[in-house]
Amino acid sequence: MLRILYARLRQGHRTLPFPDRVPPMPDRFRGHPVLDPTRCPDGCRDCIDACPTDALARDTGGLGLDLGRCLFCPECTAACPTGAIAFTGEHRMAARHRDDLVVRQGVRDRAQALDAKMLKLFRRSLKLRQVSAGGCNGCEADVNVLGTIVFDLGRFGIQYVASPRHADGLLITGPVTENMRLALEKTYEAVPAPKIVIAVGACAISGGPYVGHDEVHDGAESVVPVDLFIPGCPPHPLTILDGLLSMLDRIGADRLPTEATPTANEERIRWARARADDALKTLGADLGKAKRTDSHDRDP
Amino acid sequence: MSDARMLILPNGGAAPLAELPRLSLDTLREAIVTARRRNRRVSALFGAPSADALSLVLVLADDDTGLLECARADLTGDAYPAMTPECAEVHLFEREIAEQWGVVPTGHPWLKPVRFHASHRPGHDAWGRAPGTRPVVGVTDFFRVEGEEIHEVAVGPVHAGVIEPGHFRFQCHGEHVFHLEISLGYQHRGIERRLVGGPDKRTIHTMETLAGDTSVGHATAYCQIVEALGGRHAAPRGCALRGVALELERLANHTGDLGALAGDVGFLPTASFCGRLRGDFLNMSALLCGSRFGRGMVRPGGAGFDVDGARIAALLARLEVAERDVTDSAQLLWTTPTVMARFEDTGRVSADMAAELGLVGPPARASGLRRDVRKTHPAGIYQLVHIPVSTAESGDVFARAYVRWLEVTRSIDYIRRQLTELPRGQARRDCPPARASMFAVSLVESWRGELCHVAMTDQLGRFSAYKVVDPSFHNWIGLAMALRDQQISDFPLCNKSFNLSYCGHDL
Repeated sequence: MLRILYARLRQGHRTLPFPDRVPPMPDRFRGHPVLDPTRCPDGCRDCIDACPTDALARDTGGLGLDLGRCLFCPECTAACPTGAIAFTGEHRMAARHRDDLVVRQGVRDRAQALDAKMLKLFRRSLKLRQVSAGGCNGCEADVNVLGTIVFDLGRFGIQYVASPRHADGLLITGPVTENMRLALEKTYEAVPAPKIVIAVGACAISGGPYVGHDEVHDGAESVVPVDLFIPGCPPHPLTILDGLLSMLDRIGADRLPTEATPTANEERIRWARARADDALKTLGADLGKAKRTDSHDRDP
Repeated sequence: MSDARMLILPNGGAAPLAELPRLSLDTLREAIVTARRRNRRVSALFGAPSADALSLVLVLADDDTGLLECARADLTGDAYPAMTPECAEVHLFEREIAEQWGVVPTGHPWLKPVRFHASHRPGHDAWGRAPGTRPVVGVTDFFRVEGEEIHEVAVGPVHAGVIEPGHFRFQCHGEHVFHLEISLGYQHRGIERRLVGGPDKRTIHTMETLAGDTSVGHATAYCQIVEALGGRHAAPRGCALRGVALELERLANHTGDLGALAGDVGFLPTASFCGRLRGDFLNMSALLCGSRFGRGMVRPGGAGFDVDGARIAALLARLEVAERDVTDSAQLLWTTPTVMARFEDTGRVSADMAAELGLVGPPARASGLRRDVRKTHPAGIYQLVHIPVSTAESGDVFARAYVRWLEVTRSIDYIRRQLTELPRGQARRDCPPARASMFAVSLVESWRGELCHVAMTDQLGRFSAYKVVDPSFHNWIGLAMALRDQQISDFPLCNKSFNLSYCGHDL
């Protein structure tokens, strides 16, 4: 018993003070991308050709990056000759509508809250049944990690429950394989109305790396209506948590800082670099390890 | 002695496809059914279409010499005598061949679908199903124990926790489990078929998501294949960095497993501590490459990201803190009698059973088998710096937990040593395109056990066949056997002590 208490003392308090303070992300973290098409050389399609899931496309609206398809891999930034694409340290990316996931030169709002009736029901208590429908266990792992003491999902009134009958909604991962389609439909039917559906990860939004495979249905929307899309491959746990809290109107509603003008975009990248510098400072703090850092300085 | 009739390759080796001998089916069969007697084990056995027939391709691993023995045999007709009755470890390989290619292994004692998809050869179906019909997942003739007091418990595909889907059927007498049957396929994404014609720009990302918790492992196995086919080794510095990433992946998952095992016996201190510590190891991977799962770290020719002095120092510092904390957490398990009472003698798999079923990874080592590709078939950095094989004897939940703990300590030592003596030079070099008409094999000891990738290329250097064997493919049957004569309430604990992949099995 004393041994357990001593270990408890040494391990310390580990719950992040999120959302009051956002911990710095690792400097190489690839979060919300920013585009600056004014830098694109005429006719260049290097990034479009490099993207493994065709998340990048140029249409009448100019170059667009679909976060719902993006694997957040480094291939497009490596292929771009002019630095017109950059991944920032911004973890907030969730959206209520599929179309809102396309990043262009423009302002994106963060995910809107549910309507008043749904908020009244779910704002302070949301029970979710998780269904993995062909997920690779990446999204599942980082959905699960929200239940650890680091994030302590329960303090927001959000909980994963064992039965759809006990749930207010589904949290779906994976591209929806043909072999999981029926199970997903049945689970959805078993959730009492009104219900919400959250699609987590590139697979559940678009099919991800499996888009176009014969055996998959390219995302949850092919089977059930989706209320919240959380992009990533897999999304960082804070991206998932931010999405959930935005939908429940539990977190500040400022705009995502993807400004329209090239100058502002430069600022945007400077801002992202500043966050990266913060992360490097944390590395420095690690070096002075003799002194344990406070929990809000640690990586989530 | 290696078999003169076979093509002998080292791990990560390649040879012209013409050198892969075509044996008679009888000779191939003899090589398989005598494998265990000759200290060989089956790493891969699969069907590959050739000009007008189907070939069975075999990869045997010889753990004494560290060599791989490869051969093929052409099948004529839609049936052949099953090898499973004489060599249990190929039971699932033969079921897979039957399902994918519509070939019946006559006399197979357990011939049921593996992933519930249509045959890859229209018109050939092992179960005589009409062309164009699709099997319904989970619909098969489950084994049943009959009796007035017998009851059946069916679980899944949608489980109570946040885990992947699978279907489990228990034949019980009260709490007592006579038999557990595991039926999977829900995660089948059609990966192997999509890989044919590659590699292309999506292939590496498919590899990184074969089993998302084994991104580094599968990506390394794939890159070794591409490098073997291209005929150029990866950059030494890149190899060392891959080793660091692979051991970080092992640390994160083993630590998570120790925590989950503690949680399953209601011991919350270690469950809470390890849940957090797992994240600390994932964040070290993110420090390397920006992704908690090591995505982007392993690329053909070496590593996608290099490290400088500051980053190495930061990693070493974090490693030291994590080592102290994980040691505290794990020691609590071994010194708490209530935990040990639940771990010991639960879900026992004997060494003989483990060898007969062809188990790999921690479950094999926990039963006393010295099976660890890092030691027996080293490739990349593991050729230069060896890592001791961690084994236990009792084959129970305790042994599987304790092997993980031993490996945690050794992985930490390994990473520390690698980071302090990284080879100089570039982390990545160009990798030439795959040569035409080649055959290549690659093994990696991932945290779950042996990954085996096998590739064959056509005249244009594209994959004509790409086989992936995840350790879960070998080990699911081990879990089923571990549950025999146990209480059904011990299933979560036994399941967690194996912690197998559904998507890695279903592909």
